[in-house]
Parts: sequence; structure tokens; C-alpha cells
Amino acid sequence: MEMIIEFISSLLLMLIPAGKEFSAAVSYATCQAIREAEIRLPPDVIAAIRNAAAKESSDIARQELGHILENIGLAERLGVPICQDTGVPVVYLTVPPEVPVTRDLLEAVAEGVRTATRMIPLRPNVVLPLERANSGDNTGPGMPAIHIRPGERMEITVLPKGAGAENMSRLAMLLPTEQDRIPRFVAETMLIAGGRPCPPVVLGVGIGGTFDGVAALAKEALLEPIDSMDPFEQELCDAVNALGIGPMGLGGKTTALAVKVKTASCHTASLPVAVNVQCWAARRATREVIW
Amino acid sequence: MSPIHLRTPLSREVLDLRAGDQVTLSGIVYTARDEAHLRMMEDGIPFDPEGAAIYHCGPVISGSRILAAGPTTSARLNRLTGFLLNAGVRALIGKGGMSTQVVDQLRGQGVYLALTGGCAVLAASRMTLRGVYYEDLGMAEAIWIVELDRLPLVVGIDSQGGDLFGAIAREAKLQFDRRYTI
Repeated sequence: MEMIIEFISSLLLMLIPAGKEFSAAVSYATCQAIREAEIRLPPDVIAAIRNAAAKESSDIARQELGHILENIGLAERLGVPICQDTGVPVVYLTVPPEVPVTRDLLEAVAEGVRTATRMIPLRPNVVLPLERANSGDNTGPGMPAIHIRPGERMEITVLPKGAGAENMSRLAMLLPTEQDRIPRFVAETMLIAGGRPCPPVVLGVGIGGTFDGVAALAKEALLEPIDSMDPFEQELCDAVNALGIGPMGLGGKTTALAVKVKTASCHTASLPVAVNVQCWAARRATREVIW
Repeated sequence: MSPIHLRTPLSREVLDLRAGDQVTLSGIVYTARDEAHLRMMEDGIPFDPEGAAIYHCGPVISGSRILAAGPTTSARLNRLTGFLLNAGVRALIGKGGMSTQVVDQLRGQGVYLALTGGCAVLAASRMTLRGVYYEDLGMAEAIWIVELDRLPLVVGIDSQGGDLFGAIAREAKLQFDRRYTI
């Protein structure tokens, strides 16, 4: 009997993430996920760029997409970041029931970002907003941006977000009667952006929720694979591609590789809409934390 | 169509280029972003600007190696560019195009060359690091002296007011208005 109790308690001890080992595992998984995301694009994104290249008829558009595909291959072969704007760290933690969400957990993620910055290396992009002082390690107050969601396994998903595309993102508080303005707002976002966000882009669209929540939804939509779109997403994507902005704003058939939509319930008097613009380097990767 | 090969320092030859021409560029160029432009306006240009090319870029540097060095969004520098062209700069390299003000400033003076955005490794594979100014501004904002070996570019804006980005943007606006304006 004693032996059984001892066995069960040792099992429990293994399950409870305590102290340094767990923190080290979180930091390690964060760093590995960042490395994967920075160096290799997800297969669905590469396939979408290849499809776009096959569709273009203008010399310049074909050349731009050719450079992009060549660059993707070179980054993977040399093991270096795809783009010099290695972004700011946006992190999604999937937390199982037995893991408490503590300051130590968040600090372990930040430590993973610092290690990744040194090891890969990443460009130090994170500064204080008004002083513009660079921390040198891609962390700071509120950075990494960490989003927490419940799940069964401890997983870390990273979405390094570059500024060129992030700067072109927009949010509107539409009236509930203005549903038909959503495609216009999405297309208008790319009309204003032109070549600046490094098209062909992926657009994450949030609809509903609250003012702050709709922006988070738009970013979460960018975590979705882009190998399929529902009819509404396809309609939005077609509306954007009709503009003819094309790869790098130099003209062409593909301005958006895909549009992904996420929705949440909202106030009966509101219709929040957000568009998070993502450049062609739609970087994302997930690692399980094993400890 | 085979590209036109250019080498810095650039001469009046760039005035013959037309928007849409494909070129390659070799020789020394200088990276500069927002902070470097502001300091050059205040303290003077630290290199000989005659025939020079400015590259809108904040690279990833490791020791003496350039790991990743794609172009940054040039439009951020729209209002900070005139003094460089007045001083003799003949080419701006970046992504996304620039304002009508810069299109005017380039008239009879120089060109804007577009490099495929995000292609940081491809760009770095054609570059050798030769030195640095303003290193205290940090990796992204310092002026890095870079030697290019046939970097592939497209003439985005020529010296006659030809602007590929502007033309595409106007057409996009027409399409948008046709669809959404009643």
C-alpha cells in the first residue's frame, strides 16, 4: 500500500511543473519555435506562393515571386532568418489544466525570446514607445506579447510580426446595419497599404467581440492554415485581388494569398471589424513543452 | 530581357533608365533608415554623396557578416530624402515606392530602385560588409557600408516622373471606386 502511495505521489510530482526544469523547458520550446518560424515558412504558405507564381503573366510580378521563392530556399539552406525584420515576438501559450499561469511562466517565455535573439540571431526590434530606447533583446514591458488559451497539452506557438505589414493594419467600429461594408473595408485596407506591407499578403480579419478583442481575433486568424477558404473568405480575397496591386505593389494578379476570418459575439449595437495585415513571410511555428 | 548592369558611384547614365527596367547594381551603397536620415540632416552626410546610392534597410549583422538585409518600407523616408538628392545622391533603393514629392525630387537627378521586400537572404548573398557609421544608433538604424555584387532590382521611379507604384496605385483606386462608389 505504501509503495502504491509513493508511486502515485511521485507520478503527481512529475506532473506538477515545479521550479527550474519546467521554466527551462518553456524557454527552450519558445526558442525552438522562434527558430523554426524565422527560418522555414509553413508548407501551406510556400504552396500558396508557388500557386501565385504560376498564375502571374507579367514579367515583373513573376520575377518578384521568383525572388521570394529563391529567398525562401536560401534561408532554409543556410539556416538564417527569411527576412531581416525578424519581427516582434507574438506568443500563444496553450496551457493544460495542471500548469498554473504564473509570472514565472511568462518570464520563462521572455527568457526564450532573449536566447533566440542571441542564438539565431534576431534583429533587436523592441524599443520603449516614446523614448525609443532599444532593450537589445526583443523583450520589454508588454513584450513578448503573450496570449493564453486553455488546452490539453502545453504548447507554444509563435507568430513573429514584422512592422511593414503590422503598420498597415486597421480597425473599424461599423454600425450593425453595415455588414455589407465589411468587404469594402477589407479592400480599402489594401488600397491604402499598396506595396508597403510586402504583398502578396495574408489578411487576418476579426469580426465581432469588443474594440480590443477584435484586433486579437484578426491576429489569431493569421494562425490558421491558408490552404483553404470558406466562401466568405474567398469573396474578401477576390475583392482584394481585384485591385491589381500585385507582388510588392508592382502590379499583378495576386495581392492577397488568402484571407482568414475569425468571429466572436458582440454587442447588439456594435459591429467591430479589424484587419491584421501579414506580409508574404507568414511565419508561425508551434512546439510542445516537454519536461 | 537581360538586365542593365550599373555600378556606383553612379553617373548621369541613371537618367536614361525608365520605370519598369530591370537592372543589377554593384559597388558601395549605404544603408539608412529614419534615425540615420535625421542625424545626417543635423550633422552632415558622413560619406561622399556624389553619385551615391542609399539603401533603405536595417540589416541583421553578426560580427562582420551580413546575415539578412532586405529592404524596409521606403515611404517612411518620404519627407527625409530631399537633402540627399540635393547633395548628389543618384539612387534610392527600397520597397513599396515613395511619395509624389520624392518623384518630383528625383526628376533630372536620380532613380528609385525596387528590391523585392522580405528577400533578406537573397540580398545578403550579394553583399559584403565594408564598414559602419553611427553604430550607436543600433543595428537596425546605423549606416552600414555595403558592397553589392549584381543585386537584382527594378526601376520603380525614373528621373522623368515615371512611377510604377503610382501607376498601379491609381489603377487600384479606379477599380476600388468602380466597385464601391455608387
